[in-house]
Amino acid sequence: MKQAAFEARYLEEIERFEKWLDLGKRKWRVPNTEDSSALQTGDVPAAYRHLCQLMALARDRQYSPDLVDRLNHLVLRGHHVLYGPAGGQRAKLFAFLAGGFPAVVRSERKLVLTAAILFFGPLLLLLTAVQFYPDFVLHFVSPAQLAQYEEMYDAENVRLGQRNSDDNIMMLAFYIWHNVKIGIQTFATGLAFGLGSIFYLVFNGTIIGAIAGYLTSAGHGEPFWSFVSGHSAMELTAIVLSGAAGLKLGSALIAPGNRTRKSALVEAAKPAIRIMYGAALMFLIAAFIEGFWSPLKIFTSQIKYSVGFILWTLVLAYFYFGGRRRGA
Amino acid sequence: MLDTARRVATPEGIEITLRVAGPVPRALGYLLDLVIRIAIMIAIAISVAVLGRFGLAVFLLSAFLLEWLYPVIFEVLGGGATPGKRAIGLIVLNDDGTPIRWPASLTRNLLRALDFLPFMYFIGYCSMVANRDFKRLGDLAANTLVVYREQKPTTARIPESEPVAPLVPLSLSEQRTLLDFAERSGRITPDRAAELAEIVSPLASGQNGTTAVDQIVGIANHLVGRR
Repeated sequence: MKQAAFEARYLEEIERFEKWLDLGKRKWRVPNTEDSSALQTGDVPAAYRHLCQLMALARDRQYSPDLVDRLNHLVLRGHHVLYGPAGGQRAKLFAFLAGGFPAVVRSERKLVLTAAILFFGPLLLLLTAVQFYPDFVLHFVSPAQLAQYEEMYDAENVRLGQRNSDDNIMMLAFYIWHNVKIGIQTFATGLAFGLGSIFYLVFNGTIIGAIAGYLTSAGHGEPFWSFVSGHSAMELTAIVLSGAAGLKLGSALIAPGNRTRKSALVEAAKPAIRIMYGAALMFLIAAFIEGFWSPLKIFTSQIKYSVGFILWTLVLAYFYFGGRRRGA
Repeated sequence: MLDTARRVATPEGIEITLRVAGPVPRALGYLLDLVIRIAIMIAIAISVAVLGRFGLAVFLLSAFLLEWLYPVIFEVLGGGATPGKRAIGLIVLNDDGTPIRWPASLTRNLLRALDFLPFMYFIGYCSMVANRDFKRLGDLAANTLVVYREQKPTTARIPESEPVAPLVPLSLSEQRTLLDFAERSGRITPDRAAELAEIVSPLASGQNGTTAVDQIVGIANHLVGRR
């Protein structure tokens, strides 16, 4: 078939498809009653498949470039519409929180445990070491910073963990900004064969352990522990999970199995980013607890410790039991 | 072909053509976005300045959201492109040519934290120039491509004229070249059209100038089958 005959036969159909695309998202939902010759949304998949066939023919028969380009353009637009995002995102979010998130964390339990050891190991080590050799802390934290921390956890403060000049909302914003940034760093640098995640896990574990140890040994133990107990469950777990997600990326590059490194990375990124969704949410919750609950002084330390203990139990139970029924 | 066109197979069994974008247009898009983001930050800073500490909180939160979610929200809900990319004519797609969704967009944008190390996206740049699809590390992990947005093609048709049968048999690629020329003849200057037509003067039976152009357009009319 020559091009002129092809155009005479199919140009009308091509233009009909183009017109439907031009209608836009909102008008696709209602049947087009004004124009009886117009393409109806229900017929689009069949029309699209035919258009694909026409493009393949036009290309194979070496019709003029403008005609082929025009068909390519239409097919591309149709492709974007037909394979575009579907609805139902909200239901998916709920299902993710109800079961998908703990399930994906459990399926990566080796990496999560590795990350936990990399983070809590140095933390506990430093916490203990500084009890016996308080000067040891100066290897990690400068005296000026230590003075700042001492000011934050001064027992005379109006609110725990905050200087009197600070303000709840401002600290909330600061916590979100600062903690999520640490999480993202820990995650993203894991792509460098896991090295970045390992570094940030060990680094943050060391600093937190050193400061906690110092404040405890310097007599600020009670204000410090009653401040951190509330949000520690969410926040520290989220750091560990970010690290595990980063290690997932890194391990795909180190041991890709029987795939190319690139396709192993693409596969690994899917569970990793799901873990990061959850971790980001946990950072957010932690920031709210840290901004509004943790600084309160009207409750005794015993109550705050109990709340911290309950939250730790809930978090661990959530990851242990959550989503079991879905076959994880 | 030595260009940046990438053929992507679709489930319908055909291939669509995407044109991947290199580091320079992408950097320009990024700079435009940066300017937009800084402008928004300044606007927020000015408007919340009177609110004191609460204003500082709003400022910090919006800085955070603009840094990490601005690209994601525009890429997923705004047709695959941030305003900067849109201005440059770029769009982010999955490797298979479909629009990107939340997981892919978040993956590629969170991994910016690695791509911009140690300064000014150096790692991302190295990855882009070492990769045939100009992917930075975030694109590699998320399986995404940054391509040129398809321009709406011109619908210039071959000018109608008396069909002329070619004097010699033409191969398929020669036919296509003549069709291409006939379609473009209206878009280039007459002098240039004549110059090009004279290259194939044997086909134009040794004619020169505009008559040669007419001759080739006539052959094109014959090739597309006009009677």
